[in-house]
Amino acid sequence: MGVEGTEGNVLSIQEVGEEIVHLTVATPTTPKPGQFYLLRAWQEAPLLGRPISVFDYSEGKVEFVFKVVGKGTEILAKLKVNDKLQLQGPFGNGFPEVEGKILLVGGGLGNAPLHATAKALKARGQEVDLRLGFAEKVYLEEEFNQAATITQLMVGGLVTDGLNIRDYDVVFTCGPHPMMEAVVKMAREAGIPSYVSIEKRMACGIGACLVCTCKTKSGNKKTCKDGPVFEGEEIFYEDKYQIS
Amino acid sequence: MKTSIKFLDLELKNPIIAASGTFGFGEEYAEYYDIEKLGGISYKGLTLDPRDGNEGIRVWETPAGMMNSVGLENPGVDAFASDIWPRIQDRNLISVVNVGGSTLETYLEAIRRLDHCDYDILELNISCPNVKAGGMAFGTEAKSAERITRAVRMTTQKRLMVKLSPNVGNIGEIAKACEAGGADAISLINTVQAMAIDTKSRQIVFNNTYAGLSGPAIRPIALRMVHQTAKAVKIPIVGMGGITNADEVIQFLMAGASAVQIGTAFFTNPNQIFRIPAELEMWMEKEGIRSLEEIIGIV
Ligand SMILES: Cc1cc2nc3c(=O)[nH]c(=O)nc-3n(C[C@H](O)[C@H](O)[C@H](O)COP(=O)(O)OP(=O)(O)OC[C@H]3O[C@@H](n4cnc5c(N)ncnc54)[C@H](O)[C@@H]3O)c2cc1C
Ligand SMILES: Cc1cc2nc3c(=O)[nH]c(=O)nc-3n(C[C@H](O)[C@H](O)[C@H](O)COP(=O)(O)O)c2cc1C
Ligand code: FES
Repeated sequence: MGVEGTEGNVLSIQEVGEEIVHLTVATPTTPKPGQFYLLRAWQEAPLLGRPISVFDYSEGKVEFVFKVVGKGTEILAKLKVNDKLQLQGPFGNGFPEVEGKILLVGGGLGNAPLHATAKALKARGQEVDLRLGFAEKVYLEEEFNQAATITQLMVGGLVTDGLNIRDYDVVFTCGPHPMMEAVVKMAREAGIPSYVSIEKRMACGIGACLVCTCKTKSGNKKTCKDGPVFEGEEIFYEDKYQIS
Repeated sequence: MKTSIKFLDLELKNPIIAASGTFGFGEEYAEYYDIEKLGGISYKGLTLDPRDGNEGIRVWETPAGMMNSVGLENPGVDAFASDIWPRIQDRNLISVVNVGGSTLETYLEAIRRLDHCDYDILELNISCPNVKAGGMAFGTEAKSAERITRAVRMTTQKRLMVKLSPNVGNIGEIAKACEAGGADAISLINTVQAMAIDTKSRQIVFNNTYAGLSGPAIRPIALRMVHQTAKAVKIPIVGMGGITNADEVIQFLMAGASAVQIGTAFFTNPNQIFRIPAELEMWMEKEGIRSLEEIIGIV
Protein backbone atom coordinates (compact mmCIF):
# COMPACT_ATOMS: atom_id res chain seq x y z
CA MET A 1 0.00 0.00 0.00
CA GLY A 2 0.92 3.63 0.08
CA VAL A 3 3.14 4.66 -2.76
CA GLU A 4 1.67 1.85 -4.86
CA GLY A 5 0.70 4.44 -7.47
CA THR A 6 -2.98 3.86 -6.88
CA GLU A 7 -5.07 4.72 -9.85
CA GLY A 8 -7.75 7.23 -9.02
CA ASN A 9 -10.95 8.08 -10.81
CA VAL A 10 -11.96 11.71 -11.23
CA LEU A 11 -15.23 12.16 -9.36
CA SER A 12 -15.56 15.86 -10.08
CA ILE A 13 -13.51 18.73 -11.45
CA GLN A 14 -14.38 22.44 -11.51
CA GLU A 15 -12.67 25.69 -12.19
CA VAL A 16 -13.40 27.65 -9.01
CA GLY A 17 -11.36 30.75 -9.79
CA GLU A 18 -9.01 32.23 -12.35
CA GLU A 19 -6.95 29.13 -13.30
CA ILE A 20 -7.79 27.56 -9.93
CA VAL A 21 -9.06 24.01 -10.14
CA HIS A 22 -10.91 21.91 -7.56
CA LEU A 23 -10.38 18.21 -8.25
CA THR A 24 -11.98 15.29 -6.41
CA VAL A 25 -10.53 11.84 -6.90
CA ALA A 26 -11.69 8.43 -5.71
CA THR A 27 -8.94 6.65 -3.77
CA PRO A 28 -8.80 4.02 -1.04
CA THR A 29 -5.96 5.90 0.68
CA THR A 30 -6.57 8.11 3.71
CA PRO A 31 -4.30 11.12 4.18
CA LYS A 32 -3.63 13.28 7.20
CA PRO A 33 -4.06 17.06 7.00
CA GLY A 34 -0.93 18.72 5.62
CA GLN A 35 0.13 15.68 3.61
CA PHE A 36 0.41 15.66 -0.17
CA TYR A 37 0.22 13.30 -3.12
CA LEU A 38 2.30 13.14 -6.29
CA LEU A 39 -0.21 13.37 -9.12
CA ARG A 40 0.26 12.36 -12.72
CA ALA A 41 -2.30 12.08 -15.47
CA TRP A 42 0.07 11.32 -18.29
CA GLN A 43 2.40 8.54 -19.42
CA GLU A 44 6.04 9.38 -20.10
CA ALA A 45 6.12 13.16 -20.12
CA PRO A 46 6.39 15.19 -18.00
CA LEU A 47 8.83 12.93 -16.22
CA LEU A 48 7.92 13.72 -12.63
CA GLY A 49 4.67 13.66 -10.67
CA ARG A 50 3.35 16.93 -9.27
CA PRO A 51 3.15 17.40 -5.50
CA ILE A 52 -0.30 18.71 -4.52
CA SER A 53 -1.61 19.08 -0.96
CA VAL A 54 -4.78 17.59 0.37
CA PHE A 55 -7.59 20.17 0.41
CA ASP A 56 -10.14 17.79 1.86
CA TYR A 57 -10.76 14.09 2.32
CA SER A 58 -13.45 11.71 3.39
CA GLU A 59 -14.08 7.98 3.08
CA GLY A 60 -12.93 6.88 -0.35
CA LYS A 61 -12.01 10.25 -1.82
CA VAL A 62 -9.46 13.04 -1.67
CA GLU A 63 -9.86 16.62 -2.90
CA PHE A 64 -7.21 18.93 -4.28
CA VAL A 65 -7.18 22.62 -5.17
CA PHE A 66 -4.41 23.73 -7.47
CA LYS A 67 -3.40 26.60 -9.67
CA VAL A 68 -2.48 26.08 -13.31
CA VAL A 69 1.10 27.29 -13.58
CA GLY A 70 2.80 24.97 -16.11
CA LYS A 71 2.66 21.77 -18.13
CA GLY A 72 1.71 19.38 -15.37
CA THR A 73 -1.07 21.39 -13.79
CA GLU A 74 -2.34 22.24 -17.28
CA ILE A 75 -2.85 18.54 -18.03
CA LEU A 76 -4.41 17.94 -14.62
CA ALA A 77 -6.81 20.84 -15.21
CA LYS A 78 -8.07 19.24 -18.44
CA LEU A 79 -9.16 16.02 -16.74
CA LYS A 80 -12.81 15.07 -17.10
CA VAL A 81 -15.11 13.16 -14.79
CA ASN A 82 -14.25 9.43 -14.87
CA ASP A 83 -10.76 10.03 -16.28
CA LYS A 84 -8.03 8.10 -14.51
CA LEU A 85 -4.91 9.50 -12.90
CA GLN A 86 -2.07 8.19 -10.76
CA LEU A 87 -1.90 9.14 -7.10
CA GLN A 88 1.25 8.35 -5.20
CA GLY A 89 0.96 8.96 -1.53
CA PRO A 90 -0.12 10.26 0.85
CA PHE A 91 3.39 11.52 1.62
CA GLY A 92 4.94 13.85 4.17
CA ASN A 93 4.39 14.36 7.86
CA GLY A 94 1.35 16.65 7.90
CA PHE A 95 0.49 19.16 10.61
CA PRO A 96 0.96 17.93 14.16
CA GLU A 97 -1.86 17.31 16.59
CA VAL A 98 -1.66 20.13 19.12
CA GLU A 99 -3.79 21.33 21.99
CA GLY A 100 -5.40 24.69 22.62
CA LYS A 101 -6.75 27.45 20.42
CA ILE A 102 -5.21 27.37 16.98
CA LEU A 103 -4.71 29.99 14.30
CA LEU A 104 -4.20 29.04 10.67
CA VAL A 105 -2.75 31.73 8.39
CA GLY A 106 -2.66 31.09 4.66
CA GLY A 107 -1.96 32.89 1.43
CA GLY A 108 -2.42 31.90 -2.20
CA LEU A 109 -2.44 28.16 -2.78
CA GLY A 110 -1.15 27.71 0.76
CA ASN A 111 -4.80 27.98 1.69
CA ALA A 112 -5.54 24.51 0.34
CA PRO A 113 -3.83 22.37 3.01
CA LEU A 114 -5.11 24.66 5.76
CA HIS A 115 -8.68 23.81 4.81
CA ALA A 116 -8.19 20.11 5.53
CA THR A 117 -6.26 20.98 8.67
CA ALA A 118 -8.93 23.33 10.03
CA LYS A 119 -11.64 20.77 9.41
CA ALA A 120 -9.74 18.04 11.20
CA LEU A 121 -9.01 20.26 14.21
CA LYS A 122 -12.60 21.42 14.40
CA ALA A 123 -13.81 17.82 14.24
CA ARG A 124 -11.63 17.10 17.27
CA GLY A 125 -13.58 19.81 19.07
CA GLN A 126 -10.82 22.41 19.04
CA GLU A 127 -11.23 26.11 18.57
CA VAL A 128 -9.61 26.96 15.24
CA ASP A 129 -9.58 30.23 13.32
CA LEU A 130 -8.72 30.49 9.64
CA ARG A 131 -7.27 33.67 8.21
CA LEU A 132 -6.63 33.44 4.49
CA GLY A 133 -5.41 35.81 1.83
CA PHE A 134 -6.50 35.57 -1.80
CA ALA A 135 -4.76 37.36 -4.65
CA GLU A 136 -7.80 38.50 -6.64
CA LYS A 137 -10.99 36.75 -5.68
CA VAL A 138 -12.15 34.41 -2.96
CA TYR A 139 -12.88 30.89 -4.14
CA LEU A 140 -14.56 28.00 -2.34
CA GLU A 141 -15.90 30.52 0.16
CA GLU A 142 -18.50 28.23 1.66
CA GLU A 143 -16.03 25.39 2.17
CA PHE A 144 -13.55 27.67 3.95
CA ASN A 145 -16.29 29.26 6.05
CA GLN A 146 -17.50 25.91 7.29
CA ALA A 147 -14.05 24.53 8.02
CA ALA A 148 -13.21 26.66 11.06
CA THR A 149 -14.70 28.30 14.13
CA ILE A 150 -14.09 31.75 12.67
CA THR A 151 -13.00 32.24 9.07
CA GLN A 152 -11.67 35.51 7.68
CA LEU A 153 -11.13 35.65 3.95
CA MET A 154 -9.24 38.65 2.61
CA VAL A 155 -8.55 39.84 -0.91
CA GLY A 156 -5.31 41.75 -1.47
CA GLY A 157 -3.48 43.35 1.44
CA LEU A 158 -1.48 41.51 4.07
CA VAL A 159 -3.12 38.74 6.08
CA THR A 160 -0.78 39.58 8.92
CA ASP A 161 -2.14 43.14 9.27
CA GLY A 162 -4.04 43.60 12.52
CA LEU A 163 -3.56 40.00 13.51
CA ASN A 164 -3.95 39.28 17.22
CA ILE A 165 -1.64 36.35 17.47
CA ARG A 166 -1.56 36.54 21.28
CA ASP A 167 -5.13 35.19 21.37
CA TYR A 168 -3.85 31.78 20.30
CA ASP A 169 -1.82 28.88 21.65
CA VAL A 170 -0.34 27.71 18.33
CA VAL A 171 -0.16 29.05 14.78
CA PHE A 172 0.08 27.06 11.52
CA THR A 173 0.97 28.81 8.28
CA CYS A 174 1.31 27.97 4.61
CA GLY A 175 1.79 30.33 1.69
CA PRO A 176 4.31 32.76 0.21
CA HIS A 177 7.58 32.78 2.10
CA PRO A 178 7.56 36.45 3.17
CA MET A 179 4.14 35.83 4.69
CA MET A 180 5.27 32.71 6.54
CA GLU A 181 8.37 34.47 7.74
CA ALA A 182 6.26 37.34 9.11
CA VAL A 183 3.93 34.92 10.88
CA VAL A 184 6.83 33.03 12.46
CA LYS A 185 8.28 36.32 13.66
CA MET A 186 4.97 37.40 15.19
CA ALA A 187 4.61 34.03 16.90
CA ARG A 188 8.13 34.30 18.26
CA GLU A 189 7.40 37.73 19.70
CA ALA A 190 4.14 36.45 21.21
CA GLY A 191 5.96 33.45 22.64
CA ILE A 192 3.81 30.81 20.93
CA PRO A 193 4.94 27.91 18.73
CA SER A 194 4.53 28.12 14.97
CA TYR A 195 4.50 25.50 12.22
CA VAL A 196 5.10 26.18 8.54
CA SER A 197 4.45 24.05 5.46
CA ILE A 198 7.06 24.63 2.75
CA GLU A 199 7.45 23.80 -0.94
CA LYS A 200 10.50 22.37 -2.66
CA ARG A 201 10.92 20.75 -6.04
CA MET A 202 10.63 17.00 -5.65
CA ALA A 203 11.36 13.80 -7.55
CA CYS A 204 10.84 10.58 -5.54
CA GLY A 205 8.53 12.09 -2.90
CA ILE A 206 9.54 9.49 -0.29
CA GLY A 207 12.96 10.55 0.93
CA ALA A 208 15.31 8.57 -1.31
CA CYS A 209 16.78 11.03 -3.83
CA LEU A 210 17.67 14.12 -1.78
CA VAL A 211 16.62 16.69 -4.40
CA CYS A 212 14.21 18.31 -1.93
CA THR A 213 16.68 18.88 0.90
CA CYS A 214 15.86 21.83 3.09
CA LYS A 215 18.39 23.50 5.31
CA THR A 216 17.07 23.82 8.84
CA LYS A 217 18.46 25.01 12.13
CA SER A 218 19.20 21.41 13.04
CA GLY A 219 20.74 20.42 9.72
CA ASN A 220 19.52 19.06 6.41
CA LYS A 221 15.97 17.71 6.28
CA LYS A 222 14.01 16.04 3.49
CA THR A 223 11.06 18.25 2.65
CA CYS A 224 9.06 15.33 1.27
CA LYS A 225 9.52 12.99 4.24
CA ASP A 226 10.58 15.01 7.30
CA GLY A 227 8.29 17.83 6.07
CA PRO A 228 6.61 19.56 4.39
CA VAL A 229 5.60 20.81 7.85
CA PHE A 230 8.38 22.08 10.09
CA GLU A 231 8.55 24.13 13.25
CA GLY A 232 8.73 27.75 12.14
CA GLU A 233 11.88 28.31 14.17
CA GLU A 234 13.60 25.48 12.36
CA ILE A 235 13.13 27.16 8.99
CA PHE A 236 13.18 30.90 9.61
CA TYR A 237 16.21 31.43 11.78
CA GLU A 238 18.85 34.14 11.69
CA ASP A 239 17.42 35.41 8.37
CA LYS A 240 19.25 32.53 6.78
CA TYR A 241 16.30 30.85 5.19
CA GLN A 242 16.65 30.49 1.46
CA ILE A 243 14.00 28.85 -0.63
CA SER A 244 14.52 27.54 -4.12
CA MET B 1 15.40 -18.48 -11.32
CA LYS B 2 15.00 -17.95 -15.02
CA THR B 3 16.13 -14.36 -15.10
CA SER B 4 19.22 -14.92 -12.99
CA ILE B 5 22.61 -13.97 -14.35
CA LYS B 6 26.14 -14.63 -13.32
CA PHE B 7 28.07 -11.47 -12.62
CA LEU B 8 31.72 -12.08 -11.73
CA ASP B 9 31.44 -14.86 -9.16
CA LEU B 10 28.05 -13.60 -7.97
CA GLU B 11 24.60 -14.69 -8.92
CA LEU B 12 21.99 -11.95 -9.40
CA LYS B 13 18.40 -13.17 -9.38
CA ASN B 14 17.77 -10.74 -12.19
CA PRO B 15 19.85 -8.08 -13.93
CA ILE B 16 18.05 -5.08 -12.38
CA ILE B 17 20.05 -2.98 -9.92
CA ALA B 18 18.79 0.30 -8.45
CA ALA B 19 21.15 3.12 -9.49
CA SER B 20 23.22 4.96 -6.94
CA GLY B 21 21.70 8.17 -5.60
CA THR B 22 18.17 7.45 -6.72
CA PHE B 23 17.32 4.78 -4.17
CA GLY B 24 18.96 6.05 -0.97
CA PHE B 25 19.92 3.06 1.16
CA GLY B 26 16.79 1.28 0.05
CA GLU B 27 14.96 1.95 3.30
CA GLU B 28 12.39 4.38 1.92
CA TYR B 29 11.36 2.22 -1.03
CA ALA B 30 11.28 -0.79 1.31
CA GLU B 31 8.44 0.88 3.20
CA TYR B 32 6.26 0.55 0.12
CA TYR B 33 7.70 -2.18 -2.10
CA ASP B 34 9.24 -5.59 -1.96
CA ILE B 35 12.72 -4.32 -2.88
CA GLU B 36 14.10 -7.85 -2.88
CA LYS B 37 12.39 -8.29 -6.24
CA LEU B 38 15.42 -6.41 -7.60
CA GLY B 39 18.71 -8.09 -8.37
CA GLY B 40 20.65 -5.53 -6.36
CA ILE B 41 20.97 -1.98 -5.09
CA SER B 42 23.76 0.48 -5.60
CA TYR B 43 23.58 2.63 -2.49
CA LYS B 44 23.80 6.41 -2.33
CA GLY B 45 27.31 7.65 -3.17
CA LEU B 46 29.47 7.92 -0.05
CA THR B 47 32.45 10.13 0.66
CA LEU B 48 35.03 10.04 3.44
CA ASP B 49 33.45 12.95 5.31
CA PRO B 50 29.72 13.68 5.55
CA ARG B 51 28.52 16.18 2.93
CA ASP B 52 25.56 18.58 3.06
CA GLY B 53 25.33 18.68 -0.72
CA ASN B 54 24.76 21.64 -3.00
CA GLU B 55 22.70 24.70 -2.16
CA GLY B 56 19.93 26.12 -4.33
CA ILE B 57 17.71 24.29 -6.77
CA ARG B 58 18.63 20.63 -7.03
CA VAL B 59 16.23 19.34 -9.67
CA TRP B 60 15.02 20.69 -13.00
CA GLU B 61 12.88 18.84 -15.49
CA THR B 62 13.56 18.57 -19.21
CA PRO B 63 11.13 17.13 -21.78
CA ALA B 64 12.47 13.60 -21.36
CA GLY B 65 14.69 13.74 -18.34
CA MET B 66 15.82 15.69 -15.34
CA MET B 67 18.92 17.48 -14.20
CA ASN B 68 20.08 17.02 -10.65
CA SER B 69 22.50 18.95 -8.56
CA VAL B 70 22.36 17.03 -5.31
CA GLY B 71 26.12 17.29 -4.91
CA LEU B 72 26.71 13.99 -3.13
CA GLU B 73 24.83 14.77 0.07
CA ASN B 74 25.63 11.77 2.24
CA PRO B 75 26.33 10.81 5.86
CA GLY B 76 29.97 9.83 5.23
CA VAL B 77 31.53 6.38 5.31
CA ASP B 78 31.81 6.08 9.10
CA ALA B 79 28.11 6.71 9.73
CA PHE B 80 27.29 4.31 6.91
CA ALA B 81 29.51 1.57 8.31
CA SER B 82 28.39 1.92 11.92
CA ASP B 83 24.69 2.91 11.65
CA ILE B 84 23.31 2.15 8.23
CA TRP B 85 25.08 -1.00 7.06
CA PRO B 86 24.05 -3.07 10.10
CA ARG B 87 20.41 -2.25 9.33
CA ILE B 88 20.54 -3.23 5.66
CA GLN B 89 23.20 -5.91 5.40
CA ASP B 90 20.91 -8.92 5.56
CA ARG B 91 18.95 -8.21 2.43
CA ASN B 92 18.61 -10.91 -0.17
CA LEU B 93 20.15 -8.58 -2.76
CA ILE B 94 23.50 -7.86 -4.30
CA SER B 95 24.84 -4.85 -2.41
CA VAL B 96 26.86 -2.26 -4.29
CA VAL B 97 28.63 0.42 -2.30
CA ASN B 98 29.31 3.56 -4.35
CA VAL B 99 32.24 5.74 -3.27
CA GLY B 100 33.29 9.19 -4.47
CA GLY B 101 36.13 11.47 -3.45
CA SER B 102 38.15 14.55 -4.25
CA THR B 103 41.72 13.30 -3.95
CA LEU B 104 43.26 9.88 -4.29
CA GLU B 105 43.85 9.79 -0.54
CA THR B 106 40.21 10.57 0.35
CA TYR B 107 39.06 7.75 -1.95
CA LEU B 108 41.46 5.26 -0.45
CA GLU B 109 40.75 6.19 3.14
CA ALA B 110 36.98 6.01 2.51
CA ILE B 111 37.36 2.56 0.96
CA ARG B 112 39.55 1.35 3.83
CA ARG B 113 37.00 2.43 6.40
CA LEU B 114 34.29 0.48 4.57
CA ASP B 115 36.36 -2.61 4.19
CA HIS B 116 35.03 -4.43 7.27
CA CYS B 117 31.47 -4.21 5.88
CA ASP B 118 30.72 -7.42 4.05
CA TYR B 119 29.25 -5.86 0.93
CA ASP B 120 29.40 -7.41 -2.54
CA ILE B 121 30.72 -4.83 -4.99
CA LEU B 122 32.62 -1.58 -4.66
CA GLU B 123 31.47 0.92 -7.29
CA LEU B 124 34.21 3.48 -7.70
CA ASN B 125 32.50 6.69 -8.76
CA ILE B 126 34.96 8.69 -10.82
CA SER B 127 32.17 10.38 -12.72
CA CYS B 128 29.99 12.66 -10.57
CA PRO B 129 29.68 15.94 -12.48
CA ASN B 130 28.11 17.83 -9.59
CA VAL B 131 30.98 18.45 -7.22
CA LYS B 132 34.72 18.71 -7.26
CA ALA B 133 34.61 15.91 -4.74
CA GLY B 134 32.81 13.75 -7.29
CA GLY B 135 36.00 12.64 -8.89
CA MET B 136 34.99 13.32 -12.47
CA ALA B 137 38.49 14.69 -13.01
CA PHE B 138 39.76 11.13 -12.46
CA GLY B 139 37.29 9.70 -14.92
CA THR B 140 37.88 11.90 -17.94
CA GLU B 141 41.45 10.87 -18.68
CA ALA B 142 42.70 7.36 -19.28
CA LYS B 143 45.92 7.83 -17.33
CA SER B 144 44.31 9.12 -14.16
CA ALA B 145 41.50 6.54 -14.42
CA GLU B 146 44.11 3.78 -14.55
CA ARG B 147 46.09 5.28 -11.69
CA ILE B 148 43.16 5.52 -9.32
CA THR B 149 41.85 2.08 -10.27
CA ARG B 150 45.25 0.55 -9.58
CA ALA B 151 45.57 2.31 -6.24
CA VAL B 152 42.11 1.13 -5.18
CA ARG B 153 42.91 -2.36 -6.41
CA MET B 154 45.87 -2.43 -4.05
CA THR B 155 43.77 -1.11 -1.15
CA THR B 156 40.89 -3.57 -1.12
CA GLN B 157 40.04 -7.15 -1.99
CA LYS B 158 36.44 -6.24 -2.81
CA ARG B 159 35.06 -6.78 -6.29
CA LEU B 160 35.89 -3.51 -8.00
CA MET B 161 33.55 -1.88 -10.50
CA VAL B 162 34.54 1.52 -11.90
CA LYS B 163 31.70 3.88 -12.80
CA LEU B 164 32.46 5.96 -15.85
CA SER B 165 31.36 9.35 -17.03
CA PRO B 166 29.84 9.97 -20.46
CA ASN B 167 31.52 13.37 -20.49
CA VAL B 168 34.60 12.07 -22.31
CA GLY B 169 35.98 11.74 -25.81
CA ASN B 170 36.86 8.07 -26.06
CA ILE B 171 35.01 5.87 -23.60
CA GLY B 172 36.65 2.66 -24.83
CA GLU B 173 40.08 3.99 -24.00
CA ILE B 174 39.08 4.93 -20.47
CA ALA B 175 37.39 1.61 -19.87
CA LYS B 176 40.50 -0.18 -21.11
CA ALA B 177 42.65 1.86 -18.76
CA CYS B 178 40.44 0.80 -15.83
CA GLU B 179 40.69 -2.81 -16.96
CA ALA B 180 44.45 -2.49 -17.07
CA GLY B 181 44.40 -0.95 -13.58
CA GLY B 182 42.71 -4.04 -12.20
CA ALA B 183 38.97 -3.28 -12.38
CA ASP B 184 36.72 -6.35 -12.24
CA ALA B 185 33.84 -4.59 -13.98
CA ILE B 186 32.74 -1.29 -15.49
CA SER B 187 29.47 0.56 -14.90
CA LEU B 188 28.25 3.40 -17.07
CA ILE B 189 26.94 5.97 -17.65
CA ASN B 190 26.80 8.53 -14.91
CA THR B 191 24.80 11.67 -15.70
CA VAL B 192 25.52 13.87 -18.70
CA GLN B 193 26.78 17.30 -17.78
CA ALA B 194 24.08 19.82 -18.60
CA MET B 195 22.72 23.27 -17.78
CA ALA B 196 19.53 25.30 -17.49
CA ILE B 197 18.85 29.03 -17.64
CA ASP B 198 15.80 30.79 -16.24
CA THR B 199 15.03 33.46 -18.80
CA LYS B 200 12.70 35.35 -16.47
CA SER B 201 15.38 36.01 -13.89
CA ARG B 202 18.18 35.86 -16.48
CA GLN B 203 20.02 33.51 -14.18
CA ILE B 204 21.57 30.12 -14.30
CA VAL B 205 19.23 27.73 -12.49
CA PHE B 206 21.86 25.80 -10.55
CA ASN B 207 24.14 27.38 -7.96
CA ASN B 208 26.79 24.98 -9.18
CA THR B 209 26.25 26.22 -12.80
CA TYR B 210 26.17 22.75 -14.37
CA ALA B 211 24.14 19.73 -13.35
CA GLY B 212 23.75 16.08 -14.32
CA LEU B 213 21.14 15.01 -16.86
CA SER B 214 19.49 11.60 -16.42
CA GLY B 215 16.40 9.79 -17.65
CA PRO B 216 15.14 8.72 -21.10
CA ALA B 217 16.84 11.70 -22.78
CA ILE B 218 20.26 10.11 -22.28
CA ARG B 219 19.33 6.51 -23.11
CA PRO B 220 20.54 6.41 -26.73
CA ILE B 221 23.86 7.94 -25.68
CA ALA B 222 24.19 5.45 -22.83
CA LEU B 223 23.40 2.53 -25.14
CA ARG B 224 26.04 3.67 -27.62
CA MET B 225 28.65 4.03 -24.88
CA VAL B 226 27.86 0.60 -23.40
CA HIS B 227 28.30 -0.85 -26.89
CA GLN B 228 31.63 0.92 -27.38
CA THR B 229 32.82 -0.19 -23.96
CA ALA B 230 31.80 -3.78 -24.61
CA LYS B 231 33.88 -3.75 -27.77
CA ALA B 232 36.86 -2.38 -25.86
CA VAL B 233 37.08 -4.54 -22.73
CA LYS B 234 36.69 -8.16 -21.65
CA ILE B 235 35.44 -7.48 -18.11
CA PRO B 236 31.67 -7.39 -17.53
CA ILE B 237 29.65 -4.20 -17.83
CA VAL B 238 26.68 -2.79 -15.94
CA GLY B 239 24.82 -0.46 -18.26
CA MET B 240 22.55 2.39 -17.29
CA GLY B 241 21.03 5.64 -18.45
CA GLY B 242 17.32 6.26 -18.97
CA ILE B 243 16.09 2.69 -18.74
CA THR B 244 12.35 2.46 -17.97
CA ASN B 245 11.12 -0.99 -19.11
CA ALA B 246 12.00 -4.59 -19.98
CA ASP B 247 12.57 -3.92 -23.68
CA GLU B 248 15.14 -1.27 -22.85
CA VAL B 249 16.87 -3.63 -20.42
CA ILE B 250 17.14 -6.13 -23.25
CA GLN B 251 18.63 -3.46 -25.52
CA PHE B 252 21.40 -2.83 -22.99
CA LEU B 253 22.08 -6.54 -22.61
CA MET B 254 22.26 -6.94 -26.38
CA ALA B 255 24.68 -4.01 -26.52
CA GLY B 256 26.97 -5.88 -24.16
CA ALA B 257 25.90 -5.20 -20.58
CA SER B 258 25.66 -8.14 -18.18
CA ALA B 259 23.32 -6.23 -15.89
CA VAL B 260 21.73 -2.79 -15.73
CA GLN B 261 21.03 -0.08 -13.23
CA ILE B 262 17.84 1.94 -13.18
CA GLY B 263 17.54 5.30 -11.45
CA THR B 264 15.37 8.12 -12.66
CA ALA B 265 12.56 5.80 -13.76
CA PHE B 266 11.82 5.12 -10.08
CA PHE B 267 10.60 8.71 -9.87
CA THR B 268 8.24 8.27 -12.80
CA ASN B 269 6.64 4.94 -12.12
CA PRO B 270 8.17 2.74 -9.42
CA ASN B 271 5.54 0.03 -9.94
CA GLN B 272 6.69 -0.43 -13.49
CA ILE B 273 10.30 -1.03 -12.45
CA PHE B 274 9.37 -3.72 -9.94
CA ARG B 275 7.43 -5.46 -12.71
CA ILE B 276 10.45 -5.68 -15.05
CA PRO B 277 11.82 -9.00 -13.71
CA ALA B 278 8.47 -10.68 -14.39
CA GLU B 279 8.32 -9.06 -17.83
CA LEU B 280 11.80 -10.32 -18.64
CA GLU B 281 10.69 -13.81 -17.73
CA MET B 282 7.69 -13.57 -20.03
CA TRP B 283 9.87 -12.29 -22.83
CA MET B 284 12.30 -15.18 -22.38
CA GLU B 285 9.48 -17.68 -22.54
CA LYS B 286 8.12 -16.10 -25.70
CA GLU B 287 11.54 -16.04 -27.34
CA GLY B 288 12.48 -19.49 -26.15
CA ILE B 289 15.53 -18.26 -24.26
CA ARG B 290 16.80 -20.23 -21.30
CA SER B 291 19.28 -17.75 -19.90
CA LEU B 292 19.61 -14.02 -20.38
CA GLU B 293 23.31 -14.66 -20.85
CA GLU B 294 22.44 -15.89 -24.36
CA ILE B 295 21.73 -12.34 -25.51
CA ILE B 296 24.54 -10.42 -23.85
CA GLY B 297 26.52 -8.59 -26.49
CA ILE B 298 24.86 -10.22 -29.48
CA VAL B 299 24.80 -7.05 -31.53
C1 LIG C 1 4.37 19.66 -0.67
C2 LIG C 1 3.80 20.53 -1.76
C3 LIG C 1 2.44 20.78 -1.78
C4 LIG C 1 1.89 21.57 -2.79
N1 LIG C 1 0.54 21.80 -2.79
C5 LIG C 1 -0.02 22.53 -3.76
C6 LIG C 1 -1.44 22.75 -3.80
O1 LIG C 1 -2.19 22.27 -2.95
N2 LIG C 1 -1.95 23.50 -4.80
C7 LIG C 1 -1.14 24.05 -5.78
O2 LIG C 1 -1.64 24.73 -6.66
N3 LIG C 1 0.20 23.86 -5.76
C8 LIG C 1 0.77 23.11 -4.80
N4 LIG C 1 2.15 22.90 -4.80
C9 LIG C 1 2.93 23.46 -5.90
C10 LIG C 1 2.82 22.54 -7.12
O3 LIG C 1 3.52 21.34 -6.85
C11 LIG C 1 3.42 23.19 -8.37
O4 LIG C 1 2.67 24.33 -8.71
C12 LIG C 1 3.40 22.22 -9.55
O5 LIG C 1 4.32 21.17 -9.33
C13 LIG C 1 3.71 22.91 -10.86
O6 LIG C 1 3.77 21.96 -11.90
P1 LIG C 1 3.62 22.42 -13.42
O7 LIG C 1 4.00 21.28 -14.28
O8 LIG C 1 2.28 22.98 -13.66
O9 LIG C 1 4.66 23.62 -13.53
P2 LIG C 1 6.12 23.63 -14.19
O10 LIG C 1 6.71 24.92 -13.81
O11 LIG C 1 6.05 23.28 -15.63
O12 LIG C 1 6.86 22.49 -13.41
C14 LIG C 1 8.21 22.16 -13.68
C15 LIG C 1 8.79 21.37 -12.53
O13 LIG C 1 8.95 22.20 -11.37
C16 LIG C 1 8.22 21.71 -10.27
N5 LIG C 1 7.60 22.84 -9.56
C17 LIG C 1 7.17 24.00 -10.11
N6 LIG C 1 6.68 24.81 -9.15
C18 LIG C 1 6.81 24.16 -7.98
C19 LIG C 1 6.49 24.47 -6.63
N7 LIG C 1 5.91 25.62 -6.28
N8 LIG C 1 6.75 23.55 -5.68
C20 LIG C 1 7.33 22.37 -5.99
N9 LIG C 1 7.66 22.03 -7.27
C21 LIG C 1 7.40 22.90 -8.23
C22 LIG C 1 7.18 20.79 -10.88
O14 LIG C 1 6.71 19.81 -9.98
C23 LIG C 1 7.92 20.22 -12.04
O15 LIG C 1 8.77 19.18 -11.62
C24 LIG C 1 2.72 22.13 -3.80
C25 LIG C 1 4.10 21.87 -3.77
C26 LIG C 1 4.64 21.09 -2.76
C27 LIG C 1 6.11 20.81 -2.75
C1 LIG D 1 19.11 12.40 -7.97
C2 LIG D 1 20.27 11.60 -8.48
C3 LIG D 1 21.36 11.34 -7.64
C4 LIG D 1 22.46 10.61 -8.09
N1 LIG D 1 23.51 10.35 -7.23
C5 LIG D 1 24.53 9.56 -7.64
C6 LIG D 1 25.58 9.18 -6.75
O1 LIG D 1 25.57 9.52 -5.56
N2 LIG D 1 26.60 8.40 -7.22
C7 LIG D 1 26.63 7.96 -8.53
O2 LIG D 1 27.55 7.26 -8.92
N3 LIG D 1 25.63 8.30 -9.39
C8 LIG D 1 24.60 9.08 -8.99
N4 LIG D 1 23.58 9.39 -9.87
C9 LIG D 1 23.65 8.88 -11.25
C10 LIG D 1 22.83 7.60 -11.42
O3 LIG D 1 23.32 6.56 -10.59
C11 LIG D 1 22.84 7.13 -12.89
O4 LIG D 1 24.18 6.91 -13.29
C12 LIG D 1 22.22 8.14 -13.83
O5 LIG D 1 21.15 8.80 -13.22
C13 LIG D 1 21.73 7.51 -15.14
O6 LIG D 1 20.72 6.54 -14.94
P1 LIG D 1 19.13 6.86 -15.01
O7 LIG D 1 18.89 7.63 -16.25
O8 LIG D 1 18.46 5.53 -14.95
O9 LIG D 1 18.83 7.68 -13.79
C14 LIG D 1 22.48 10.13 -9.43
C15 LIG D 1 21.38 10.38 -10.26
C16 LIG D 1 20.29 11.10 -9.82
C17 LIG D 1 19.13 11.34 -10.75
S1 FES E 1 11.82 14.18 -3.34
FE1 FES E 1 13.28 12.59 -3.20
S2 FES E 1 14.04 12.91 -1.19
FE2 FES E 1 12.41 14.30 -1.28
